[in-house]
Amino acid sequence: MAAKSIDRRWIYLFIFLGVAFPLIFVIGLPIEITENTQMAYDLIDNTPAGSHVLYSFDYDPASMPELHPMAKAMVRHSIEKKHKIIFTALWPMGVQMIDDIMEQLSTEYPDLVYGEDYVNLGFKVGGIVTIQAMGKNFRSVFPTDANGKKIDKLPIMNNIENYNNISYICSFSAGAPGIKEWVQIGNDVYKRPVTGGVTGVSAPSILPYVNEQKQLTGLLAGLKAAAEYEKLIGAPALATAGMDAQSLAHLIIIIFIVIGNINYWRNKKKKGDK
Amino acid sequence: MKRTLPLILAMITGFIVLISDFIPHWPFGMITSEIEKWFLIISGFALILGQINLIKVNVNKIRFKAEGWQYFIITIASFAIMVLFGALWGTQSNVGLLGNGTKIVEVIGSKPFDYLFDNVYQHLQATMFSLLAFFIASAAYRAFIARTPESNLLLIAAILVMLGNTSLGSFLTGWLPENLDFLHLPNVSQFIMKYPTTAGQRAIMIGAGLGLIGSSLRIILGIERSYLGGN
Repeated sequence: MAAKSIDRRWIYLFIFLGVAFPLIFVIGLPIEITENTQMAYDLIDNTPAGSHVLYSFDYDPASMPELHPMAKAMVRHSIEKKHKIIFTALWPMGVQMIDDIMEQLSTEYPDLVYGEDYVNLGFKVGGIVTIQAMGKNFRSVFPTDANGKKIDKLPIMNNIENYNNISYICSFSAGAPGIKEWVQIGNDVYKRPVTGGVTGVSAPSILPYVNEQKQLTGLLAGLKAAAEYEKLIGAPALATAGMDAQSLAHLIIIIFIVIGNINYWRNKKKKGDK
Repeated sequence: MKRTLPLILAMITGFIVLISDFIPHWPFGMITSEIEKWFLIISGFALILGQINLIKVNVNKIRFKAEGWQYFIITIASFAIMVLFGALWGTQSNVGLLGNGTKIVEVIGSKPFDYLFDNVYQHLQATMFSLLAFFIASAAYRAFIARTPESNLLLIAAILVMLGNTSLGSFLTGWLPENLDFLHLPNVSQFIMKYPTTAGQRAIMIGAGLGLIGSSLRIILGIERSYLGGN
């Protein structure tokens, strides 16, 4: 008799248990720092206090479970290093993502002052053209911040004209427009260091930019890189908790792949015997 | 004239933007800056156009009772509710037509738009994304079968990357001595991602880049006209 294929509902059940179990009972598997995460960390860590930096939130709630933890960890690192953060978004929902992270971090860092330590310029449609126009003058693209306040009245924007006044650009990207466009304009044209994070699935298409020319200075790819970053800054949070779940889910997938292959070869052998 | 004028406009604009990349001085730099501003303004209108289109498509489906037309009512209703709440009481950082809705905030803890965004929209989107885990697991079980030498390679690479990209990889081969560090699963995974994957990806990117240059030139020179509509 041919080996039967497993009902997909069993796979769903095992994946569900594999994800849920470690979230309830933490296993604490080891987290190892990879080169790309270390590069991104070093860029932020070596930037002097008081430097103006640009964060672009180019994702929406669909990618939140994967990108939000790394965004929070990197913004936290910048705050710790006393960088002046300018937030913007190439995706409409990115503004809410910024608000959510700053709402959480403001309670942990009550000394942060809006307009002095950070500013949210909000969303602007246009993708790569927006990035290009910002390279000439921020004010032509963002005359006001997300609250409608003139950016000339915000102390953080004093003497900030374009990318020449920015120490690094950091983009969290779930697709286009996103980190690729920041590399193409922010780094290739204006020679600013660009770093950031992407979802695990889009990492292969962005990794070629991490090269000798440093088009990208490191890259956080997926939840594992976020967990690594949390470890580097000594603030384990959501990503660290999620890594056990992801590891177990991957293990279950591998087990099912092995079972699938055993079934295939058994069936093939039986057909050959006949 | 209806087709010739847009073609001439596209050609002139294309050439100016192209030239300004090599000669960013007056007048090309200035013209390109203006064109960029126009683009941003037009893009803003494109958002409104998208919303009108969304309403039009969904209303038509409801009117003609297309298959599953009830679901389109939910789309329209959700859209209307979010727009209405956003317009009346604003969002976290913006004031609405009726102010900040202080009394509502006292009851539900945040403005109605933000409440729905945080408690409904975010979770629905995250759920859709999370469901991928189940489909990927099921698809991997069916697709990763060692039938041919090529599929064997794919299977082995997939398993190594999957293990290396999780904490499990560090856990399984963390005990290896330093001289066998290259066999450590996270290192193996990084090697696969850094060399074979990146090489393949670069080839795709170069191909796509050349294709982009080709189609841009076709548009600038007026050979490619499909963007004008018709054939």
